[in-house]
Amino acid sequence: MIRPFYRFIRAREKLMKVLFLLSSVFAVLALLVIFLFLMMRGIPSIANIGFFRFVFGTRWSVSDPNNQSFGILPMIVGSIYVTALATLIGVTIGLFTAVFLYKFCPKKIAKGVRQLINLLAGIPSVVYGLFGVMVIVPFLRNNVSSNGMGHGVLAASIILAIMILPTIVSITLDALHAAPEHYYEGALALGASKERAVFGVMLPSAKSGVFAAVVLAVGRAIGETMAVIMVIGGSPEMPNGSLFQSIRTLTANIALGAMEATGSILDAMIATGVILFVFTLFINVGFNLIKNKKKKPNKKKKPDKEEEATDEVG
Amino acid sequence: MSEQPLINVANVNLFYSDFQALKDINLSIAENEITAFIGPSGCGKTTLLKCFNRMTDLVEGCKVNGTITIDGQDVFDKSVDVNLLRKDVGMVFQKPNPFPMSIYDNIAFGPRTHGIRKRKDLDPIVTQSLQRAGIWNEVKNNLFKSALSVSGGQQQRICIARALAVEPKILLMDEPTSALDPISTGVIEELCQELKEQFTIVIVTHNMQQAARISDKTAFFLLGEMLEFGETQKVFSKPENEKCERYITGKFG
Repeated sequence: MIRPFYRFIRAREKLMKVLFLLSSVFAVLALLVIFLFLMMRGIPSIANIGFFRFVFGTRWSVSDPNNQSFGILPMIVGSIYVTALATLIGVTIGLFTAVFLYKFCPKKIAKGVRQLINLLAGIPSVVYGLFGVMVIVPFLRNNVSSNGMGHGVLAASIILAIMILPTIVSITLDALHAAPEHYYEGALALGASKERAVFGVMLPSAKSGVFAAVVLAVGRAIGETMAVIMVIGGSPEMPNGSLFQSIRTLTANIALGAMEATGSILDAMIATGVILFVFTLFINVGFNLIKNKKKKPNKKKKPDKEEEATDEVG
Repeated sequence: MSEQPLINVANVNLFYSDFQALKDINLSIAENEITAFIGPSGCGKTTLLKCFNRMTDLVEGCKVNGTITIDGQDVFDKSVDVNLLRKDVGMVFQKPNPFPMSIYDNIAFGPRTHGIRKRKDLDPIVTQSLQRAGIWNEVKNNLFKSALSVSGGQQQRICIARALAVEPKILLMDEPTSALDPISTGVIEELCQELKEQFTIVIVTHNMQQAARISDKTAFFLLGEMLEFGETQKVFSKPENEKCERYITGKFG
């Protein structure tokens, strides 16, 4: 009587197992296919253009079929430039925000503000782009810009800085809260001001968390596309240091051309994708390195040593 | 008894929101003496200790009335700079809490906080503080190693050295040996005897023998009240309060 029922359960279990397996295979497969696609299409086209002419070429020109040039150095420099500036702005503001929420404001307010900041993470990037176009660009053009341009490096950096704020604030704040409270009390008991205790003791002991936040933020900033395209201007020019120059990032380069490009131009887009992929790969590896490093002293070394040490003496 | 008490506590009541943690405490502590606070957990002895350097400020909803004067200055007065107060009234915590940095930087943290930045000024302070805390010989070759890499007992003495480095007048110790083994405890007790020459020490302890061994005066607390205060010898040999006697002889608590 009961047996068919259990047979059904066993069969169902087997089926589910296969389903779970297939699902996880799908994710790995997706990664593999993207990687292969990039490499198979991108590497030959990089070879075609010539690695040095591609990566170190300073002229990008595709509109005239008889006079094409695929140099992406301006975009590489542009990506690094905009990302660095955005990180500088975002990390400074984010760090101070985290410190404020950590010890300088009532807990209830801290909770609310933190949730509001996290909401920032949920806004679609095209909305950021719109905000940039409608608010930041005109503001810069009318009030700050020296050359009458609102679009460009600074506009893109500001938008990106806002976009990476939630990452920096929430990871830094978590790291600060994870640092032992008795360090803080110890510092205060020596006559340190709140600010001295946080910057002298708490932030240094949360430093790996802060680094992790920065790396994640850099990853987000360098990969962001839509919001950047909308405010950066988009000329494939080598950045000359001006904050109001219209330039192009690697992501913008791909997105601007990928829709209608064909043939060798499309290949060059994919090749750009390879370079971007390499960048983000390095950032991810860097993040994991920091994360693993963080685990060692906090989770393994310290408690072990303390126990060992007291055992030794006793 | 010396002429004028260094710390004077008068009619102190302390509330954590609705809970009254200290009830009408009166006592005075003389210079260069070791005073021990004893009593069961939750009796208010640590709370009173933390009033002396206003670490109670960190607790939300904590209210104090009455006065505590140190060197004639009311510590709860609005004009008091709490950071300077804490410089004068050092504290050693129950759990050793060296900062996650080198031994040198740990000791130098306090002096740096108070404006001494130059290496040539800091070096003698670090050396002297570690010597006073009786740990110089053990760490002098490892000053730039992490302070977390030494044993718990050594960590606690580093914390004592760190507190001494800002030249306090008073050293508050909140069960400084409760996380340590008997040998480290002995070392720290001896250290207290030496430090008493230069500092006034107030120590909270759960260890009756410790209080009897090292302190000059003992205060017994129960449920927020101070039931007995006097010469340690007297408190331990013939306490006036019956509850205090029962606690000391181990009949409760």
